[in-house]
Amino acid sequence: MKILLITEQRGGQWNRISFETLVAAQQIAHDVAGTLTAAVIGSGVGALAEDLSRYQVDEVLLIEHNLLGEYTPDGFSLALRQVIENAQPDLLLLPHTYQVRDFAPKLAASVGKGMIGDAIGYRHDNGRLVFVRQMFQGRTAADVVFKGDPPWVASFQAGAFRADLARTHRSGRAPVEHLNVELKAEQIRTKPLELFREAKQAVDLTQAPVLVSVGRGIKAPENIPMAEKLAKLLGGEVSASRPICDEGWLPMDRQIGSSGQTVMPKLYLALGISGAIQHVVGMKGARTVAAINKDQNAPIFEVADYGIIGDLFEIVPALIEELEKSKTG
Amino acid sequence: MKIGVCIKQVPAKDAPLAIVDGSAWIRESDIGFETNEPDGFALEEALRLKERHGGEVVAISMGPERAKQTLKEALAKGAERGIHIFDPEFFKLDPLTSARSFAAAISSVHFDLILTGLQSEDQGFGQTGVLLAELLGWPHATIIMAIEASDTSLKLKRELEGGWFQRVEVPLPAVLTIQSGINKPRYATLKGIMAAKKKEIATVERASLGVADAGTQQVERIYVPQKAKKTEFITGSPKEAAAKLVEKLRHEARVI
Repeated sequence: MKILLITEQRGGQWNRISFETLVAAQQIAHDVAGTLTAAVIGSGVGALAEDLSRYQVDEVLLIEHNLLGEYTPDGFSLALRQVIENAQPDLLLLPHTYQVRDFAPKLAASVGKGMIGDAIGYRHDNGRLVFVRQMFQGRTAADVVFKGDPPWVASFQAGAFRADLARTHRSGRAPVEHLNVELKAEQIRTKPLELFREAKQAVDLTQAPVLVSVGRGIKAPENIPMAEKLAKLLGGEVSASRPICDEGWLPMDRQIGSSGQTVMPKLYLALGISGAIQHVVGMKGARTVAAINKDQNAPIFEVADYGIIGDLFEIVPALIEELEKSKTG
Repeated sequence: MKIGVCIKQVPAKDAPLAIVDGSAWIRESDIGFETNEPDGFALEEALRLKERHGGEVVAISMGPERAKQTLKEALAKGAERGIHIFDPEFFKLDPLTSARSFAAAISSVHFDLILTGLQSEDQGFGQTGVLLAELLGWPHATIIMAIEASDTSLKLKRELEGGWFQRVEVPLPAVLTIQSGINKPRYATLKGIMAAKKKEIATVERASLGVADAGTQQVERIYVPQKAKKTEFITGSPKEAAAKLVEKLRHEARVI
Protein backbone atom coordinates (compact mmCIF):
# COMPACT_ATOMS: atom_id res chain seq x y z
CA MET A 1 0.00 0.00 0.00
CA LYS A 2 1.27 3.44 -0.95
CA ILE A 3 0.50 6.00 1.72
CA LEU A 4 0.71 9.73 1.06
CA LEU A 5 0.66 12.13 3.99
CA ILE A 6 -0.28 15.74 3.25
CA THR A 7 1.17 18.04 5.92
CA GLU A 8 -0.07 21.53 6.75
CA GLN A 9 1.80 24.79 7.16
CA ARG A 10 0.98 28.46 6.98
CA GLY A 11 3.51 31.10 6.04
CA GLY A 12 6.35 28.61 6.43
CA GLN A 13 5.33 27.60 9.96
CA TRP A 14 4.25 24.04 10.67
CA ASN A 15 0.80 23.29 11.91
CA ARG A 16 2.00 20.88 14.64
CA ILE A 17 -0.90 18.50 14.11
CA SER A 18 0.93 17.49 10.90
CA PHE A 19 3.32 15.49 13.09
CA GLU A 20 0.47 13.72 14.86
CA THR A 21 -0.79 12.54 11.48
CA LEU A 22 2.80 11.64 10.54
CA VAL A 23 2.77 9.25 13.52
CA ALA A 24 -0.52 7.74 12.30
CA ALA A 25 0.94 7.39 8.81
CA GLN A 26 4.14 5.77 10.12
CA GLN A 27 2.10 3.29 12.17
CA ILE A 28 -0.22 2.40 9.31
CA ALA A 29 2.73 2.03 6.91
CA HIS A 30 4.30 -0.34 9.44
CA ASP A 31 1.09 -2.33 9.99
CA VAL A 32 0.36 -2.85 6.31
CA ALA A 33 4.04 -3.10 5.24
CA GLY A 34 3.46 -0.14 2.94
CA THR A 35 5.50 2.81 1.79
CA LEU A 36 5.12 6.32 3.13
CA THR A 37 5.56 9.55 1.19
CA ALA A 38 5.12 12.84 3.04
CA ALA A 39 4.19 15.97 1.11
CA VAL A 40 4.65 19.65 1.83
CA ILE A 41 2.49 22.01 -0.19
CA GLY A 42 2.87 25.78 -0.48
CA SER A 43 5.27 28.36 -1.84
CA GLY A 44 8.80 28.86 -0.54
CA VAL A 45 8.52 25.91 1.84
CA GLY A 46 11.69 24.00 0.87
CA ALA A 47 13.03 24.30 4.42
CA LEU A 48 9.99 22.47 5.74
CA ALA A 49 10.56 19.65 3.24
CA GLU A 50 14.13 19.35 4.53
CA ASP A 51 12.77 19.31 8.06
CA LEU A 52 10.33 16.54 7.19
CA SER A 53 13.04 14.47 5.47
CA ARG A 54 14.65 13.79 8.85
CA TYR A 55 11.66 11.67 9.84
CA GLN A 56 11.08 8.02 8.97
CA VAL A 57 9.46 8.34 5.54
CA ASP A 58 10.47 6.80 2.22
CA GLU A 59 10.30 10.08 0.36
CA VAL A 60 9.34 13.71 0.77
CA LEU A 61 7.40 15.44 -1.98
CA LEU A 62 7.78 19.19 -2.29
CA ILE A 63 4.83 20.73 -4.11
CA GLU A 64 5.45 24.40 -4.76
CA HIS A 65 3.72 27.01 -6.87
CA ASN A 66 3.33 30.73 -6.41
CA LEU A 67 -0.46 30.24 -6.48
CA LEU A 68 -0.17 27.93 -3.45
CA GLY A 69 1.42 30.55 -1.20
CA GLU A 70 -1.97 31.44 0.15
CA TYR A 71 -4.45 28.68 0.77
CA THR A 72 -7.48 28.45 -1.52
CA PRO A 73 -9.73 25.39 -1.87
CA ASP A 74 -9.45 25.52 -5.66
CA GLY A 75 -5.65 25.86 -5.70
CA PHE A 76 -5.05 23.08 -3.19
CA SER A 77 -7.59 20.68 -4.74
CA LEU A 78 -6.30 21.18 -8.27
CA ALA A 79 -2.67 20.80 -7.19
CA LEU A 80 -3.27 17.74 -5.04
CA ARG A 81 -5.37 16.12 -7.73
CA GLN A 82 -2.30 16.25 -9.97
CA VAL A 83 -0.25 14.80 -7.12
CA ILE A 84 -2.72 11.90 -6.80
CA GLU A 85 -2.58 11.25 -10.54
CA ASN A 86 1.20 11.39 -10.53
CA ALA A 87 2.08 9.57 -7.30
CA GLN A 88 -0.87 7.11 -7.44
CA PRO A 89 -1.25 6.68 -3.68
CA ASP A 90 -3.67 4.13 -2.25
CA LEU A 91 -4.30 6.07 0.94
CA LEU A 92 -4.10 9.81 1.42
CA LEU A 93 -3.83 10.90 5.07
CA LEU A 94 -4.36 14.43 6.36
CA PRO A 95 -4.67 16.17 9.71
CA HIS A 96 -8.30 17.14 10.34
CA THR A 97 -7.87 20.90 10.44
CA TYR A 98 -10.28 23.65 9.39
CA GLN A 99 -8.28 23.90 6.17
CA VAL A 100 -8.53 20.16 5.45
CA ARG A 101 -12.27 20.22 6.12
CA ASP A 102 -12.44 22.96 3.53
CA PHE A 103 -10.73 21.18 0.63
CA ALA A 104 -10.24 17.44 1.25
CA PRO A 105 -13.85 16.29 0.58
CA LYS A 106 -13.73 18.31 -2.66
CA LEU A 107 -10.39 16.79 -3.61
CA ALA A 108 -11.70 13.26 -2.97
CA ALA A 109 -14.91 13.92 -4.91
CA SER A 110 -12.95 15.37 -7.82
CA VAL A 111 -11.47 11.90 -8.36
CA GLY A 112 -14.83 10.22 -7.62
CA LYS A 113 -13.78 9.01 -4.19
CA GLY A 114 -14.91 9.52 -0.60
CA MET A 115 -13.26 10.70 2.56
CA ILE A 116 -13.43 9.33 6.09
CA GLY A 117 -13.01 12.54 8.05
CA ASP A 118 -12.13 13.32 11.66
CA ALA A 119 -11.09 9.78 12.62
CA ILE A 120 -9.84 9.34 16.19
CA GLY A 121 -7.97 6.12 15.48
CA TYR A 122 -7.76 3.03 13.33
CA ARG A 123 -7.38 -0.73 13.61
CA HIS A 124 -5.68 -3.11 11.25
CA ASP A 125 -8.04 -6.10 11.27
CA ASN A 126 -7.29 -9.11 9.07
CA GLY A 127 -5.67 -7.02 6.41
CA ARG A 128 -8.40 -4.35 6.52
CA LEU A 129 -8.09 -0.82 7.80
CA VAL A 130 -10.98 0.11 10.07
CA PHE A 131 -11.26 3.78 11.00
CA VAL A 132 -12.92 4.91 14.21
CA ARG A 133 -14.99 8.10 14.16
CA GLN A 134 -17.23 9.78 16.66
CA MET A 135 -20.94 10.16 16.00
CA PHE A 136 -23.75 11.85 17.88
CA GLN A 137 -21.35 14.45 19.29
CA GLY A 138 -19.06 11.82 20.76
CA ARG A 139 -21.84 9.86 22.45
CA THR A 140 -21.18 6.93 20.15
CA ALA A 141 -18.16 5.71 18.22
CA ALA A 142 -18.39 4.24 14.73
CA ASP A 143 -16.24 1.75 12.82
CA VAL A 144 -15.96 2.92 9.23
CA VAL A 145 -14.32 1.14 6.31
CA PHE A 146 -13.55 2.20 2.77
CA LYS A 147 -15.37 0.48 -0.06
CA GLY A 148 -14.38 0.38 -3.69
CA ASP A 149 -11.00 0.94 -5.25
CA PRO A 150 -8.32 3.32 -3.96
CA PRO A 151 -7.31 6.07 -3.64
CA TRP A 152 -8.91 6.51 -0.24
CA VAL A 153 -8.79 9.72 1.75
CA ALA A 154 -8.86 9.94 5.55
CA SER A 155 -8.17 12.63 8.13
CA PHE A 156 -7.30 12.30 11.83
CA GLN A 157 -8.58 14.50 14.64
CA ALA A 158 -6.17 16.68 16.64
CA GLY A 159 -4.86 14.72 19.61
CA ALA A 160 -5.60 11.31 18.07
CA PHE A 161 -1.86 10.52 17.90
CA ARG A 162 1.12 11.79 19.88
CA ALA A 163 3.42 13.95 17.79
CA ASP A 164 6.39 13.21 20.11
CA LEU A 165 6.29 9.56 18.99
CA ALA A 166 7.29 10.46 15.41
CA ARG A 167 10.23 8.26 14.41
CA THR A 168 13.26 9.87 12.86
CA HIS A 169 14.83 8.54 9.68
CA ARG A 170 16.93 5.45 10.23
CA SER A 171 19.66 6.45 7.81
CA GLY A 172 19.60 10.17 8.40
CA ARG A 173 17.50 11.61 5.62
CA ALA A 174 14.83 10.71 3.11
CA PRO A 175 15.15 12.00 -0.46
CA VAL A 176 13.23 15.17 -1.28
CA GLU A 177 11.56 15.20 -4.69
CA HIS A 178 10.05 18.23 -6.39
CA LEU A 179 6.73 17.62 -8.04
CA ASN A 180 5.58 20.24 -10.53
CA VAL A 181 1.94 21.13 -10.70
CA GLU A 182 0.21 23.37 -13.22
CA LEU A 183 -2.12 26.04 -11.99
CA LYS A 184 -3.55 29.14 -13.61
CA ALA A 185 -4.75 32.18 -11.71
CA GLU A 186 -8.17 32.05 -13.41
CA GLN A 187 -8.78 28.54 -12.02
CA ILE A 188 -8.86 29.97 -8.52
CA ARG A 189 -12.29 31.39 -7.87
CA THR A 190 -12.07 32.45 -4.23
CA LYS A 191 -9.91 35.42 -3.38
CA PRO A 192 -8.19 35.22 0.00
CA LEU A 193 -7.90 38.63 1.67
CA GLU A 194 -6.51 39.77 4.99
CA LEU A 195 -5.84 37.48 7.94
CA PHE A 196 -6.65 38.94 11.33
CA ARG A 197 -7.30 38.26 14.98
CA GLU A 198 -10.09 40.00 16.82
CA ALA A 199 -8.57 39.99 20.24
CA LYS A 200 -5.04 41.07 20.82
CA GLN A 201 -3.24 38.01 22.08
CA ALA A 202 -2.48 39.25 25.58
CA VAL A 203 -1.76 35.87 27.08
CA ASP A 204 -0.06 32.75 25.76
CA LEU A 205 -2.05 29.95 27.33
CA THR A 206 0.15 27.31 25.72
CA GLN A 207 2.93 28.26 28.13
CA ALA A 208 0.86 28.11 31.32
CA PRO A 209 1.70 25.09 33.53
CA VAL A 210 -1.77 25.13 35.07
CA LEU A 211 -5.07 26.18 33.51
CA VAL A 212 -8.27 26.74 35.46
CA SER A 213 -10.92 26.64 32.78
CA VAL A 214 -14.53 27.72 33.10
CA GLY A 215 -17.62 26.67 31.15
CA ARG A 216 -21.33 27.40 31.17
CA GLY A 217 -21.52 26.10 34.75
CA ILE A 218 -19.87 29.31 35.98
CA LYS A 219 -23.27 30.90 35.31
CA ALA A 220 -22.41 34.62 35.46
CA PRO A 221 -19.47 36.95 34.76
CA GLU A 222 -19.40 37.92 38.46
CA ASN A 223 -18.17 34.41 39.24
CA ILE A 224 -15.06 34.59 37.03
CA PRO A 225 -12.86 36.25 39.75
CA MET A 226 -13.29 33.13 41.88
CA ALA A 227 -11.71 31.07 39.09
CA GLU A 228 -8.99 33.71 38.65
CA LYS A 229 -8.13 33.52 42.32
CA LEU A 230 -7.84 29.75 42.14
CA ALA A 231 -5.65 30.01 39.02
CA LYS A 232 -3.35 32.47 40.75
CA LEU A 233 -2.95 30.22 43.78
CA LEU A 234 -2.02 27.34 41.46
CA GLY A 235 0.43 29.48 39.50
CA GLY A 236 -1.62 29.30 36.34
CA GLU A 237 -4.02 31.16 34.08
CA VAL A 238 -7.75 31.23 33.53
CA SER A 239 -9.19 29.87 30.29
CA ALA A 240 -12.67 29.04 29.04
CA SER A 241 -14.89 27.09 26.69
CA ARG A 242 -16.39 28.81 23.65
CA PRO A 243 -19.77 29.94 25.10
CA ILE A 244 -18.00 31.96 27.82
CA CYS A 245 -15.96 33.88 25.23
CA ASP A 246 -18.98 34.23 22.89
CA GLU A 247 -20.78 35.90 25.81
CA GLY A 248 -17.82 38.21 26.32
CA TRP A 249 -17.23 37.10 29.93
CA LEU A 250 -13.60 36.40 29.05
CA PRO A 251 -11.67 37.63 26.02
CA MET A 252 -11.43 35.38 22.95
CA ASP A 253 -7.71 34.78 23.52
CA ARG A 254 -8.61 32.69 26.59
CA GLN A 255 -10.69 30.21 24.60
CA ILE A 256 -9.61 26.55 24.52
CA GLY A 257 -10.78 24.23 21.76
CA SER A 258 -10.90 23.77 18.02
CA SER A 259 -11.62 27.44 17.37
CA GLY A 260 -9.33 28.61 20.19
CA GLN A 261 -6.02 27.47 21.64
CA THR A 262 -4.72 23.93 21.91
CA VAL A 263 -2.93 23.44 25.22
CA MET A 264 -0.97 20.77 27.05
CA PRO A 265 -0.54 22.05 30.61
CA LYS A 266 0.59 19.93 33.54
CA LEU A 267 -2.83 20.44 35.11
CA TYR A 268 -6.13 21.34 33.48
CA LEU A 269 -8.86 22.02 36.00
CA ALA A 270 -12.28 22.18 34.30
CA LEU A 271 -14.99 24.02 36.23
CA GLY A 272 -18.53 23.53 34.95
CA ILE A 273 -17.39 22.46 31.48
CA SER A 274 -19.53 19.75 29.91
CA GLY A 275 -16.77 18.65 27.55
CA ALA A 276 -18.12 18.96 23.99
CA ILE A 277 -15.71 17.52 21.41
CA GLN A 278 -14.85 21.01 20.14
CA HIS A 279 -13.52 21.84 23.59
CA VAL A 280 -11.90 18.51 24.39
CA VAL A 281 -9.71 18.53 21.27
CA GLY A 282 -8.03 21.63 22.67
CA MET A 283 -7.17 20.24 26.10
CA LYS A 284 -7.00 16.47 26.04
CA GLY A 285 -3.22 16.63 25.77
CA ALA A 286 -3.01 17.93 29.35
CA ARG A 287 -0.92 15.70 31.59
CA THR A 288 -3.54 15.68 34.34
CA VAL A 289 -7.18 16.68 33.99
CA ALA A 290 -9.41 17.36 36.98
CA ALA A 291 -13.07 18.20 36.47
CA ILE A 292 -15.77 19.57 38.71
CA ASN A 293 -19.26 19.23 37.33
CA LYS A 294 -22.80 18.76 38.62
CA ASP A 295 -23.66 16.26 35.89
CA GLN A 296 -22.06 12.88 36.43
CA ASN A 297 -22.68 12.05 32.75
CA ALA A 298 -20.83 15.12 31.46
CA PRO A 299 -18.41 13.99 28.71
CA ILE A 300 -15.59 15.94 30.41
CA PHE A 301 -15.30 13.01 32.81
CA GLU A 302 -14.34 10.82 29.82
CA VAL A 303 -10.99 12.57 29.75
CA ALA A 304 -10.63 13.44 33.44
CA ASP A 305 -8.13 11.76 35.77
CA TYR A 306 -9.90 13.16 38.81
CA GLY A 307 -13.54 14.07 39.06
CA ILE A 308 -15.73 15.70 41.65
CA ILE A 309 -19.46 15.53 41.06
CA GLY A 310 -20.90 18.53 42.78
CA ASP A 311 -21.54 22.24 42.97
CA LEU A 312 -18.50 24.22 41.87
CA PHE A 313 -19.70 27.19 43.96
CA GLU A 314 -19.14 25.06 47.06
CA ILE A 315 -16.04 23.19 45.94
CA VAL A 316 -13.99 26.03 44.45
CA PRO A 317 -14.08 28.17 47.64
CA ALA A 318 -13.06 25.06 49.60
CA LEU A 319 -10.15 24.50 47.18
CA ILE A 320 -9.08 28.13 47.57
CA GLU A 321 -9.20 27.80 51.33
CA GLU A 322 -7.20 24.56 51.26
CA LEU A 323 -4.49 26.05 49.04
CA GLU A 324 -4.26 29.26 51.11
CA LYS A 325 -3.95 27.21 54.27
CA SER A 326 -1.05 25.17 52.99
CA LYS A 327 0.63 28.28 51.61
CA THR A 328 0.64 30.13 54.92
CA GLY A 329 1.10 26.98 56.99
CA MET B 1 -31.39 36.32 -4.61
CA LYS B 2 -32.58 32.73 -4.64
CA ILE B 3 -31.16 30.93 -1.63
CA GLY B 4 -31.28 27.23 -0.82
CA VAL B 5 -30.68 26.05 2.74
CA CYS B 6 -29.86 22.42 3.45
CA ILE B 7 -31.16 21.49 6.88
CA LYS B 8 -31.23 18.18 8.71
CA GLN B 9 -33.35 16.79 11.48
CA VAL B 10 -31.32 15.12 14.22
CA PRO B 11 -32.06 13.50 17.60
CA ALA B 12 -32.76 16.09 20.32
CA LYS B 13 -29.69 16.97 22.38
CA ASP B 14 -31.00 15.32 25.53
CA ALA B 15 -32.49 12.28 23.78
CA PRO B 16 -31.34 8.96 25.28
CA LEU B 17 -29.69 7.04 22.45
CA ALA B 18 -30.22 3.30 22.09
CA ILE B 19 -28.18 1.61 19.40
CA VAL B 20 -30.04 -0.90 17.24
CA ASP B 21 -28.05 -4.14 17.52
CA GLY B 22 -25.95 -4.95 14.51
CA SER B 23 -26.85 -1.70 12.77
CA ALA B 24 -25.23 1.65 12.33
CA TRP B 25 -28.17 3.62 13.65
CA ILE B 26 -30.18 4.29 16.76
CA ARG B 27 -33.71 3.33 17.76
CA GLU B 28 -35.87 6.20 16.55
CA SER B 29 -39.04 5.33 18.45
CA ASP B 30 -39.56 7.15 21.76
CA ILE B 31 -37.04 9.94 21.14
CA GLY B 32 -37.51 13.54 20.12
CA PHE B 33 -35.97 15.17 17.07
CA GLU B 34 -35.03 18.74 16.35
CA THR B 35 -33.41 20.83 13.64
CA ASN B 36 -29.65 20.37 13.59
CA GLU B 37 -28.43 23.42 15.51
CA PRO B 38 -25.75 24.55 13.01
CA ASP B 39 -28.37 24.41 10.21
CA GLY B 40 -30.58 26.74 12.26
CA PHE B 41 -27.87 29.40 11.99
CA ALA B 42 -27.66 28.82 8.22
CA LEU B 43 -31.43 29.23 7.86
CA GLU B 44 -31.38 32.46 9.87
CA GLU B 45 -28.55 33.82 7.73
CA ALA B 46 -30.52 32.95 4.56
CA LEU B 47 -33.62 34.72 5.87
CA ARG B 48 -31.59 37.84 6.73
CA LEU B 49 -30.00 37.90 3.27
CA LYS B 50 -33.44 37.65 1.69
CA GLU B 51 -34.76 40.46 3.89
CA ARG B 52 -31.83 42.68 2.88
CA HIS B 53 -31.59 41.83 -0.82
CA GLY B 54 -34.97 40.37 -1.74
CA GLY B 55 -35.57 36.95 -3.24
CA GLU B 56 -36.64 33.59 -1.98
CA VAL B 57 -35.47 31.00 0.56
CA VAL B 58 -36.01 27.31 -0.19
CA ALA B 59 -35.39 24.82 2.64
CA ILE B 60 -34.19 21.36 1.61
CA SER B 61 -34.01 18.35 3.88
CA MET B 62 -33.28 14.69 3.36
CA GLY B 63 -34.61 12.03 5.69
CA PRO B 64 -37.62 9.92 6.62
CA GLU B 65 -41.16 11.27 7.01
CA ARG B 66 -40.25 13.01 10.28
CA ALA B 67 -37.89 15.38 8.43
CA LYS B 68 -40.98 17.24 7.18
CA GLN B 69 -41.34 18.75 10.66
CA THR B 70 -37.97 20.48 10.29
CA LEU B 71 -39.09 21.88 6.92
CA LYS B 72 -42.39 23.09 8.44
CA GLU B 73 -40.44 24.95 11.11
CA ALA B 74 -38.27 26.58 8.44
CA LEU B 75 -41.41 27.66 6.56
CA ALA B 76 -42.86 29.08 9.78
CA LYS B 77 -39.71 31.13 10.29
CA GLY B 78 -39.99 32.60 6.81
CA ALA B 79 -38.72 30.22 4.12
CA GLU B 80 -40.95 30.32 1.02
CA ARG B 81 -41.07 26.61 0.27
CA GLY B 82 -39.56 23.26 1.12
CA ILE B 83 -38.12 20.27 -0.71
CA HIS B 84 -38.16 16.95 1.13
CA ILE B 85 -35.85 14.28 -0.25
CA PHE B 86 -37.56 11.23 1.17
CA ASP B 87 -35.40 8.30 2.19
CA PRO B 88 -36.08 6.35 5.39
CA GLU B 89 -32.61 4.80 5.15
CA PHE B 90 -30.69 8.04 4.56
CA PHE B 91 -28.29 7.05 7.35
CA LYS B 92 -26.84 4.28 5.19
CA LEU B 93 -25.59 6.75 2.59
CA ASP B 94 -21.99 7.87 2.44
CA PRO B 95 -21.37 11.63 2.33
CA LEU B 96 -20.76 11.67 -1.44
CA THR B 97 -24.03 9.87 -2.20
CA SER B 98 -25.92 12.24 0.12
CA ALA B 99 -24.45 15.25 -1.64
CA ARG B 100 -25.22 13.73 -5.08
CA SER B 101 -28.82 13.31 -3.97
CA PHE B 102 -29.08 16.99 -2.94
CA ALA B 103 -27.47 18.07 -6.21
CA ALA B 104 -29.93 15.96 -8.23
CA ALA B 105 -32.97 17.13 -6.28
CA ILE B 106 -32.21 20.81 -6.86
CA SER B 107 -30.90 20.51 -10.42
CA SER B 108 -33.96 22.28 -11.87
CA VAL B 109 -33.90 25.16 -9.34
CA HIS B 110 -31.56 27.99 -10.24
CA PHE B 111 -30.09 29.03 -6.92
CA ASP B 112 -27.66 31.92 -6.50
CA LEU B 113 -26.50 30.72 -3.13
CA ILE B 114 -26.75 27.60 -1.00
CA LEU B 115 -26.13 27.65 2.74
CA THR B 116 -25.82 24.83 5.22
CA GLY B 117 -24.57 24.25 8.74
CA LEU B 118 -21.00 23.29 9.44
CA GLN B 119 -21.87 19.71 10.30
CA SER B 120 -24.68 17.57 11.61
CA GLU B 121 -24.99 16.61 15.23
CA ASP B 122 -25.82 12.99 14.37
CA GLN B 123 -23.35 11.57 11.84
CA GLY B 124 -21.18 14.67 11.82
CA PHE B 125 -19.50 13.99 8.48
CA GLY B 126 -19.18 17.74 7.92
CA GLN B 127 -18.81 17.30 4.15
CA THR B 128 -22.21 18.00 2.55
CA GLY B 129 -21.66 21.70 1.73
CA VAL B 130 -18.19 21.25 0.27
CA LEU B 131 -19.24 18.21 -1.78
CA LEU B 132 -22.38 19.92 -3.06
CA ALA B 133 -20.28 22.83 -4.35
CA GLU B 134 -17.92 20.44 -6.13
CA LEU B 135 -20.82 18.54 -7.72
CA LEU B 136 -22.51 21.77 -8.87
CA GLY B 137 -19.20 23.12 -10.14
CA TRP B 138 -19.46 26.13 -7.80
CA PRO B 139 -16.91 27.70 -5.46
CA HIS B 140 -17.42 27.37 -1.71
CA ALA B 141 -16.26 28.75 1.60
CA THR B 142 -16.63 27.11 5.00
CA ILE B 143 -16.96 28.10 8.67
CA ILE B 144 -18.41 31.50 7.82
CA MET B 145 -18.92 34.13 10.53
CA ALA B 146 -20.18 37.09 8.41
CA ILE B 147 -21.61 37.62 4.92
CA GLU B 148 -21.73 40.82 2.86
CA ALA B 149 -23.47 40.23 -0.45
CA SER B 150 -23.40 42.15 -3.72
CA ASP B 151 -25.09 41.11 -6.97
CA THR B 152 -22.23 39.02 -8.23
CA SER B 153 -20.10 38.12 -5.24
CA LEU B 154 -19.87 37.68 -1.49
CA LYS B 155 -17.36 39.13 0.94
CA LEU B 156 -17.02 36.71 3.82
CA LYS B 157 -15.39 36.35 7.20
CA ARG B 158 -14.03 32.83 7.61
CA GLU B 159 -13.03 31.43 10.97
CA LEU B 160 -9.61 29.78 11.07
CA GLU B 161 -8.04 27.97 14.00
CA GLY B 162 -6.37 29.48 17.03
CA GLY B 163 -8.40 32.70 17.10
CA TRP B 164 -7.57 33.71 13.51
CA PHE B 165 -10.02 34.91 10.86
CA GLN B 166 -9.70 35.62 7.17
CA ARG B 167 -11.70 37.69 4.73
CA VAL B 168 -12.38 35.95 1.42
CA GLU B 169 -14.27 36.98 -1.67
CA VAL B 170 -16.31 34.37 -3.53
CA PRO B 171 -18.21 34.85 -6.81
CA LEU B 172 -21.84 33.74 -7.06
CA PRO B 173 -23.29 31.17 -7.33
CA ALA B 174 -21.60 29.59 -4.33
CA VAL B 175 -22.09 27.24 -1.38
CA LEU B 176 -21.27 28.37 2.18
CA THR B 177 -21.15 26.42 5.43
CA ILE B 178 -22.11 28.56 8.40
CA GLN B 179 -20.41 28.56 11.80
CA SER B 180 -22.60 28.34 14.89
CA GLY B 181 -22.90 31.66 16.70
CA ILE B 182 -22.94 33.82 13.52
CA ASN B 183 -26.39 35.19 14.48
CA LYS B 184 -29.25 34.70 16.91
CA PRO B 185 -31.83 32.52 15.17
CA ARG B 186 -35.40 33.86 15.40
CA TYR B 187 -38.38 32.00 16.79
CA ALA B 188 -41.36 31.32 14.58
CA THR B 189 -44.23 33.73 15.22
CA LEU B 190 -47.84 32.64 15.42
CA LYS B 191 -48.44 34.51 12.18
CA GLY B 192 -45.53 32.66 10.61
CA ILE B 193 -46.86 29.32 11.77
CA MET B 194 -50.27 30.10 10.26
CA ALA B 195 -48.71 31.30 7.01
CA ALA B 196 -46.62 28.15 6.76
CA LYS B 197 -49.74 26.03 6.44
CA LYS B 198 -50.29 27.44 2.96
CA LYS B 199 -46.70 26.94 1.87
CA GLU B 200 -45.65 24.03 -0.29
CA ILE B 201 -43.36 21.15 0.62
CA ALA B 202 -42.46 19.15 -2.49
CA THR B 203 -41.55 15.55 -1.75
CA VAL B 204 -39.04 13.77 -3.96
CA GLU B 205 -38.34 10.08 -3.46
CA ARG B 206 -34.59 9.75 -3.30
CA ALA B 207 -34.83 6.45 -5.15
CA SER B 208 -36.47 8.25 -8.09
CA LEU B 209 -33.54 10.66 -8.55
CA GLY B 210 -31.43 8.09 -10.36
CA VAL B 211 -28.41 8.85 -8.19
CA ALA B 212 -25.74 6.18 -8.35
CA ASP B 213 -24.56 4.99 -4.94
CA ALA B 214 -21.00 6.27 -4.69
CA GLY B 215 -20.28 3.46 -2.20
CA THR B 216 -17.03 4.97 -1.00
CA GLN B 217 -17.34 4.01 2.63
CA GLN B 218 -19.55 2.19 5.07
CA VAL B 219 -20.27 2.61 8.74
CA GLU B 220 -20.06 -1.00 9.92
CA ARG B 221 -21.32 -0.49 13.42
CA ILE B 222 -21.77 2.13 16.08
CA TYR B 223 -21.18 1.55 19.78
CA VAL B 224 -20.69 3.28 23.09
CA PRO B 225 -17.03 4.30 23.22
CA GLN B 226 -14.68 2.97 25.82
CA LYS B 227 -13.41 5.61 28.16
CA ALA B 228 -10.00 6.95 27.28
CA LYS B 229 -9.09 7.46 30.93
CA LYS B 230 -10.15 5.93 34.19
CA THR B 231 -11.56 8.74 36.25
CA GLU B 232 -11.03 8.62 39.97
CA PHE B 233 -14.11 10.19 41.51
CA ILE B 234 -13.51 12.04 44.74
CA THR B 235 -16.37 12.07 47.19
CA GLY B 236 -17.20 13.69 50.49
CA SER B 237 -18.34 17.12 51.60
CA PRO B 238 -17.07 20.04 49.50
CA LYS B 239 -14.36 20.67 52.09
CA GLU B 240 -13.27 17.03 52.22
CA ALA B 241 -13.37 16.66 48.43
CA ALA B 242 -11.31 19.84 48.00
CA ALA B 243 -8.70 18.65 50.51
CA LYS B 244 -8.49 15.22 48.87
CA LEU B 245 -8.14 16.71 45.39
CA VAL B 246 -5.31 19.03 46.48
CA GLU B 247 -3.58 16.09 48.15
CA LYS B 248 -3.87 13.95 45.00
CA LEU B 249 -2.69 16.70 42.66
CA ARG B 250 0.27 17.37 44.92
CA HIS B 251 1.45 13.87 45.85
CA GLU B 252 -0.05 11.46 43.32
CA ALA B 253 -0.13 13.43 40.04
CA ARG B 254 2.59 15.84 41.26
CA VAL B 255 1.37 18.66 39.12
CA ILE B 256 1.07 21.41 41.72
